[in-house]
Amino acid sequence: MSTPMVDVRGVHKSYGPLEVLRGVDLRVQAGEVTVVIGPSGSGKSTLLRSINHLEKIDRGYVTIDGEFVGYRRSGDRLYELRERDILRQRTHIGFVFQNFNLFPHLTVRQNVTEAPVSAQGRPRDEAEALATELLAQVGLSDKAGAYPRQLSGGQQQRVAIARALALRPKVVLFDEPTSALDPELVGEVLEVMKALARSGTTMIVVTHEIGFAREVADTVVFMDAGRIVEQGPPPQVLDRPRHDRTRAFLSKVL
Amino acid sequence: MTAPAVIEEEAAESAGSLTVVKARHPGRWIAGAVVAVLLAMAVNALITNPAWDWPVVGAYLFHPSVLHAVLFTVELTALGIVLGFLLGTVLALMRLSRVPLLTSVAWGYVWLFRSVPLILQLLFWYNLAALYKQISFGVPFGPAFFSVDSMELIGPVTAAALGLALHQAAYAAEIVRGGFLSVEPGQLEAAAALGIPRARQILRIRLPQAMRSIVPAAGNEIIGLVKGTSVVYIMALPELFYQVQVIYNRNGRVIAMLLVAAIWYLVLTTVLSAAQYYVERRFGRGLARALPPTPVQRARRILTVRRAARRQRLAANGGGQR
Ligand SMILES: Nc1ncnc2c1ncn2[C@@H]1O[C@H](COP(=O)(O)OP(=O)(O)O)[C@@H](O)[C@H]1O
Ligand SMILES: [Mg+2]
Repeated sequence: MSTPMVDVRGVHKSYGPLEVLRGVDLRVQAGEVTVVIGPSGSGKSTLLRSINHLEKIDRGYVTIDGEFVGYRRSGDRLYELRERDILRQRTHIGFVFQNFNLFPHLTVRQNVTEAPVSAQGRPRDEAEALATELLAQVGLSDKAGAYPRQLSGGQQQRVAIARALALRPKVVLFDEPTSALDPELVGEVLEVMKALARSGTTMIVVTHEIGFAREVADTVVFMDAGRIVEQGPPPQVLDRPRHDRTRAFLSKVL
Repeated sequence: MTAPAVIEEEAAESAGSLTVVKARHPGRWIAGAVVAVLLAMAVNALITNPAWDWPVVGAYLFHPSVLHAVLFTVELTALGIVLGFLLGTVLALMRLSRVPLLTSVAWGYVWLFRSVPLILQLLFWYNLAALYKQISFGVPFGPAFFSVDSMELIGPVTAAALGLALHQAAYAAEIVRGGFLSVEPGQLEAAAALGIPRARQILRIRLPQAMRSIVPAAGNEIIGLVKGTSVVYIMALPELFYQVQVIYNRNGRVIAMLLVAAIWYLVLTTVLSAAQYYVERRFGRGLARALPPTPVQRARRILTVRRAARRQRLAANGGGQR
């Protein structure tokens, strides 16, 4: 068996007395798309944020391409990494936020080139060329000089995807990328994500778009109350769920 | 009295020839007229009452000693603000750091320097030489490499600039800290998620966005300090306020000399306000969908529109259409 690109093992996370993740196990193979669904508050965002160490987990571990996230292994011990090393690790993990979080004072092009240059030390002209290519890929070549506030929500999210891809990450995490969008703008963002999935990008997508899950997911994961309740191929989880809780959730969103 | 709006009836004939008539605002005109009369009375009182002594004001406005004093005031302000904001930024970063000792030291600094009146701090620095006759540089608590006479190191000018800067730093620290806190947390998360190095996060992502709330507050502080430098007069330093006092003690023209100082303070703060406007625009980039035109741009635009309108009118009249 090949090592998974993303390996989440026994992850626990509490905020004070509130246990948000109660032992999550998840494996994602390279090139696969995993869609995570589940009710609000079930810990989906916390799981994604644990994967790129924006949240520090209490127990368990996460590896990306065999490398521990946030820790260095030596024998039986995990040593906590310093912030600088954690930042370097994050350049392998793209993250797309629900609210885009584009840098409003930088142009679209600067948003895309910032991290490759400052975090990965790429030459500027190389980063520029990559930005040109990625902006074309998300269909925004003509907006390179615009500021984020001058764009529609759908366009902003597409820039955010280009910005995440500019690091050439091993995996891209999407946290409800279309939830903040007007309904008519959802499609353009999903199209970009579908193309990305087809190109073999490893993706973990938290979303309520069941149609998207059905179309592109290799695995659908249903989470509830900090645990993965069931997972499997889309037809199995979406059409023949084994658990009542999955069924109850699906009846509400479908 | 409200004048009824004039409706051009012929305009309604065909949709293509409809003329837009701007709304009339008689109330605004009346309010404007009242204020104009009051203003005229005030100006009249200023000009005609000989007590204001305008010829003396004119004679001293550009007097070399006054100009020197203005320059010194500008220097003190610049030193106070630049050093104050440099130290203030360091203090703000200390306060926001994750090191408890740094946080507490920064907090303590702000507490101390905001609590003690500026005038007292200035006198304190001025008299520091009496407290520590020698200042030594060397290993902390160990041997000294060299020592200097504190009177030499902290002369009255240094004491004044230092006092202003240290006091200013406490306020600047809070302004900078507030600016940093005003940046949306999502911005820092995005920067962290992209793996951008921490120093770069601060300089490239956080500071420019913080500037939007720092600049107006800093503008206030700079303008406050221009006038605040006048407390330095207690150290007998020849800044503007002290200098006009020296002159009116000699020639007895108190009102005229106070006017000279007031005019210069007005000039300095006006220049600074204009500068602030443009600095704010610079940091407003990308934050509004489109920047509003500057006053200069607006004036130019109005002139072009007027000129075009006049040309059109001339052309229309020449064509004999009316
Ligand atoms: N920083 C935090 N402090 C305290 N509670 C939090 C924090 N972040 C999330 N939570 C709580 O953790 C639970 C799971 O949140 P989240 O992972 O955002 O759920 P989901 O994304 O599935 O809606 C929620 O009950 C939420 O209120
Ligand atoms: Mg969420």
